[in-house]
Amino acid sequence: MTDLIFNVFILLTIIPCFWVALSSNIVHAAFSLLITLFGIAGLYVLLGADFIGVIQVIVYIGGILVLIIFGVMMTQRGKLLPLSIQLPGKLFGAVLTGVILAALLLSATRTLWPVAAVLGEPQLTSAAIGDLLLGKYLIPFEIASVLLLAALIGAVLIARRSVRGE
Amino acid sequence: MDWMIGFAILIVKLGVVLVGLLLLAAYLVLLERKFLGRLQIRYGPNRAGKFGLLQPLADTIKMLTKEDIVPEAADRVLFLLAPAVVAAEALLIFAVVPFGASVTLLGKKIPLVITDLNVGLLYVFALASLGVYGVALGGWASNSKYSLLGGIRGAAQMISYELSLGLSLVPIVMLARSFSLLDIVRAQAHYPFILVQPVSFMIFFISAMAETKRIPFDLPEAENELGAGYHTEYSGMRFGLFFLGEYVNLQVFGALVAVFFLGGWRGPFLPPVVWFLIKILVISILMIWVRGTLPRLRYDQLMHLGWKVLVPLALLNIVATGFVLLIIG
Amino acid sequence: MNSLYTYLFLAALLFSLGIFGVFQRRSLIGMLIAIELMLNGASINFMAFNRFLAPDPIVGQIYTLFIMGIAAAEAAIALSIIVAVFRRLRSINIERAQELRG
Repeated sequence: MTDLIFNVFILLTIIPCFWVALSSNIVHAAFSLLITLFGIAGLYVLLGADFIGVIQVIVYIGGILVLIIFGVMMTQRGKLLPLSIQLPGKLFGAVLTGVILAALLLSATRTLWPVAAVLGEPQLTSAAIGDLLLGKYLIPFEIASVLLLAALIGAVLIARRSVRGE
Repeated sequence: MDWMIGFAILIVKLGVVLVGLLLLAAYLVLLERKFLGRLQIRYGPNRAGKFGLLQPLADTIKMLTKEDIVPEAADRVLFLLAPAVVAAEALLIFAVVPFGASVTLLGKKIPLVITDLNVGLLYVFALASLGVYGVALGGWASNSKYSLLGGIRGAAQMISYELSLGLSLVPIVMLARSFSLLDIVRAQAHYPFILVQPVSFMIFFISAMAETKRIPFDLPEAENELGAGYHTEYSGMRFGLFFLGEYVNLQVFGALVAVFFLGGWRGPFLPPVVWFLIKILVISILMIWVRGTLPRLRYDQLMHLGWKVLVPLALLNIVATGFVLLIIG
Repeated sequence: MNSLYTYLFLAALLFSLGIFGVFQRRSLIGMLIAIELMLNGASINFMAFNRFLAPDPIVGQIYTLFIMGIAAAEAAIALSIIVAVFRRLRSINIERAQELRG
């Protein structure tokens, strides 16, 4: 049963991925990314991290992707642009992608990972994450929140100044 | 064998909840039309059956048999998907809502909740944030300017108010010390949280109304400006799905208010499930009443209320709650 | 099936498709979408290592949380830049945005 669900999530993650990279329609690409992100959230839950899985849906799907779709709706006028660039650039991209994919796969298979012999049962994570974030990782946590605040203010400023500039 | 029984119980629970929700949604529509009619000194639907009680059935038949039009310039796949997203998202939230403590049937203890997630509250938010996609994609895929405007307005409104919706519930989590909806109801054994968190309740209620896009906040579908907003181009059962999603969402927020603030299924004399339904209905009627009373907000008023009033208030409320909890220990 | 390698292959695939997407797109938003794909590939690696190599502590999950935070900040800034570029050039085609070169 778990295997079946696992395979479903793997397929949910992989298949739309190709649309994300290749579709010439940007809204279709964004919608495919939604399905991919959903599949990844499911995989996180199967990895025993229910908290991260749900946060993945809230932050990526409920926040970032909404922003992206919002951006598409604001900037898309008239007919959709075909998205791919000329052949040389495409060829270069394809070769580079192939090299990186090969390197990643090689390092993944060649390295002897010290996989734990017996996997511990996944325990409830939300409390442990909270403890770590406000204990051992307090400073990175605070820095991340300052970064988010700075990004928020910066985003408002950048989008606003161009209004006055006109 | 045990596995089979568990599975059968799950299927039965799913079926009962689904049928119950759909029936309640159909009759909420009737209730809304009747009640609005009364508020506006007219009768409301009264032709189909006694007191118009068969009106939901007639409406369903009408929607199912109407022609399902897909505009030629529409983005077909997304156009067909968008209403399903709205309806499915609303129905799926009920997977974690507890309807009662548990009943013992044939010597087996059955909890009255489809699944008690340890991150239930976050699950609710994750699904609620999916609702934006139905609106935004429906508006974009229709390829019509009214729909697009409605979709953009809807997306902006929903992500703005999701913030205050989420922040208003942080004090509840602090009090209950758990994300599980079952635990949150259990934590209200002595007193419902509305007594200690009235501010939180107000913020949640207002944001919930904005999330369901009901009348003071119905800018995404404002009839006199945008036709019908993001669902202008929809007809037949696809429009029906948007409609269904809206009324299931009404029940979702009724149920969530009951769980978070009104003590869930608790109440004297009557059985728990009945109390829960009563609470859902009271909240729904309150929302319908607001709809009959208030005019629509202007767009700047909407954003002002969301960002400059509700969000700071919710943050202050969190700080105050933390302070009090620290003093009490 | 549910082994470390499955997750590593999946992450590698997501990451390289993301890179391909960045190279292949002409629109800024398309590139942003592809970058999200790459970030998710990295997150999957963290989560898989966390589960299979160090099942007890949950440090990998914290890294994933930080990646999400950074992704959110990056998306907000990128979209405001996109809106600003669109206001000026009436297009988000990166080949037109080359005019910004000093």
